Amino acid sequence: MTTDRVAGIGLALFALIILEESWRLRLPLGTMAMPGPAYLPALLAGALVVSGVLIAVQGARAPRLGAVGWSEWRHAVAILAVCAFIALALERLGYRLTMSLACAFLLVGVERKSLVATLIFAVSIAVGTHYLFDTLLRVQLPRGAFGF
Amino acid sequence: MLETLGNLGAGFSVALSPPILFYAFVGCVIGTLVGVLPGVGPLAGISLLLPATFGLDATRAIVMLAGIYYGAMYGGSTTSILMRIPGEAASVMTCIDGYAMARKGRAGAALAIAAVGSYVAGTVSIVGLMALAPPLATFALRFGPPEYTALYVLGLLVLAYMSSGSMVKSLAMAALGLLLGMVGIDQMTGYFRYAYGVVELGDGLGVVPVAVGLFGVAEILASAGQAAPPEVIKPRMRELLPTRREWRESGWPIARGTVLGFLIGILPGSAHIIASFVSYAVEKRWSRHPEQFGHGAVAGVAGPESANNSATSGAMVPMLALGVPSGPIPAVMLAAIMVHGVAPGPLLIQQQPQLFWGFIASMYVGNVMLLILNLPLVGLFVNILRVPYPYLYPAILIFATLGVYAVNNSVVDVWIMLVTGLLGWLLRKLDFETAPVVLGVVLAPLLELSLRQSLAMSDGHYGIFVQRPIAGTLLAAGAALVLLNLYSVVRRGRDWRAKLALAEKGEAQ
Repeated sequence: MTTDRVAGIGLALFALIILEESWRLRLPLGTMAMPGPAYLPALLAGALVVSGVLIAVQGARAPRLGAVGWSEWRHAVAILAVCAFIALALERLGYRLTMSLACAFLLVGVERKSLVATLIFAVSIAVGTHYLFDTLLRVQLPRGAFGF
Repeated sequence: MLETLGNLGAGFSVALSPPILFYAFVGCVIGTLVGVLPGVGPLAGISLLLPATFGLDATRAIVMLAGIYYGAMYGGSTTSILMRIPGEAASVMTCIDGYAMARKGRAGAALAIAAVGSYVAGTVSIVGLMALAPPLATFALRFGPPEYTALYVLGLLVLAYMSSGSMVKSLAMAALGLLLGMVGIDQMTGYFRYAYGVVELGDGLGVVPVAVGLFGVAEILASAGQAAPPEVIKPRMRELLPTRREWRESGWPIARGTVLGFLIGILPGSAHIIASFVSYAVEKRWSRHPEQFGHGAVAGVAGPESANNSATSGAMVPMLALGVPSGPIPAVMLAAIMVHGVAPGPLLIQQQPQLFWGFIASMYVGNVMLLILNLPLVGLFVNILRVPYPYLYPAILIFATLGVYAVNNSVVDVWIMLVTGLLGWLLRKLDFETAPVVLGVVLAPLLELSLRQSLAMSDGHYGIFVQRPIAGTLLAAGAALVLLNLYSVVRRGRDWRAKLALAEKGEAQ
């Protein structure tokens, strides 16, 4: 499979999901004079199906999926996992604790940095950004159950 | 003319007030940092600082954000010249001859020419913005829903045409963005669409989490885990002054880059990137010594750097005159002023003269600040590049998450950032551009509303879009672009867009 074929099929599938959701929610298409909430999404989804098919059909000469470098995938998975952790923990543990833990995980768990350097960096960045944004710029950041 | 000068004078009284000067300075410093740091472009920088502007009034907010935008253009040249790494995408072309000059011991001169070129272009292009925005806003008062629909469609078509890859792919990305922009409550009927039961998505997907995800997080995902960064060439202060010959060689390229950049900046798309590429191509073609390009040609630095700075002023024209963003960066800036209850559109200049003229004047002041920041303090900014990337990217990620969360105090936005970050990374791997997705998300509610209003006006006849002269002209221009693209596909020739694609991948020469 080439990159364009994968992308074309993916885009067409996404458009079909939109069409299926419009049908499942029974969103009205409306009339030409009074278009409903499904009118433009249906038009766009149709266009996306056509584009997806075109991209897939013309994509024979694109690079093969395996030829694209994926060497950073382990880092990418770890970073996405850290983002998910932040989303789950931010309002429960508070900004400073969550960000310190997230930063520490990336530095020790992924980058294999020393524990002391990690602790200093992680706590400094979490406390420093909290001071800058929450205290100085008055952007409200969550404190969580522990008051951090 | 006298009226314009009077308004500008009033603008300077706003821009030179200590608080505005302070926020312009903060914006310029942050912008330079954003430009210097590889992986954090002006869009991510502006998005991250957006929540910090909520406590400011609209004028201070837009002055600071604009400072970040053009500051990033200045700062982007530093890494290009000293490391051959574009700090942000518009500096790609500067890598070629800027780094070659640095290898010859002319790093200081290259930095000075880039900074002076950026200053001249930034200052002169503001005159263009002053001259063009007010009459365009007056003209836009004739626009009704059909004209706006045609304008949005034209904007997406121009963006797709100007993209460096295939137009079909770019249009598919625009359609994807438009569909993502329709998630949430339909503003005309109240139907809840495509949210899969997530109540927080009622207001739709925010521009900031989508933009930070697609640009900021995707960049971190792509660049984390790479091998050690390349060597940084450190310029000496006494080398900062170019020779008389270098000044002479940079004069006309700066002038041409300024005009080209401004005109290209008005068009939708990643104008500052395209402007620098076109400027490089023009300079190479007009040069008496094209063989010097790639080996340290002064014009190869002066032209593109002037063009990308001038394009930032050009991009402000449709934003301020029409309330229509020409790309994701103006879109986030529009969102910033809307948060303060300022309605963008043709009436902005009449109703908010203090904001408009204060902003214009602050751009003059900001360019002077940037010249001062970027010449003597270049060594200071270069030091940031010595921070190892394994420490840098967790910090950038924390800033990104903080910025996204603080817009609405919502973790749902963090999830949106995560998902769009993954999407952006995959799309980059598959060689798709993500700028049309962001513009689609921004334009979706506007386009849908104006389309439905137009069809209600015409009782369902699409002829309204061709019968009204302004709408018809705009759509004809869009159709011409599609035909131009088809022509180049049929000819199977490698036009300037294909060359731009190669340049962005680092295969330019």
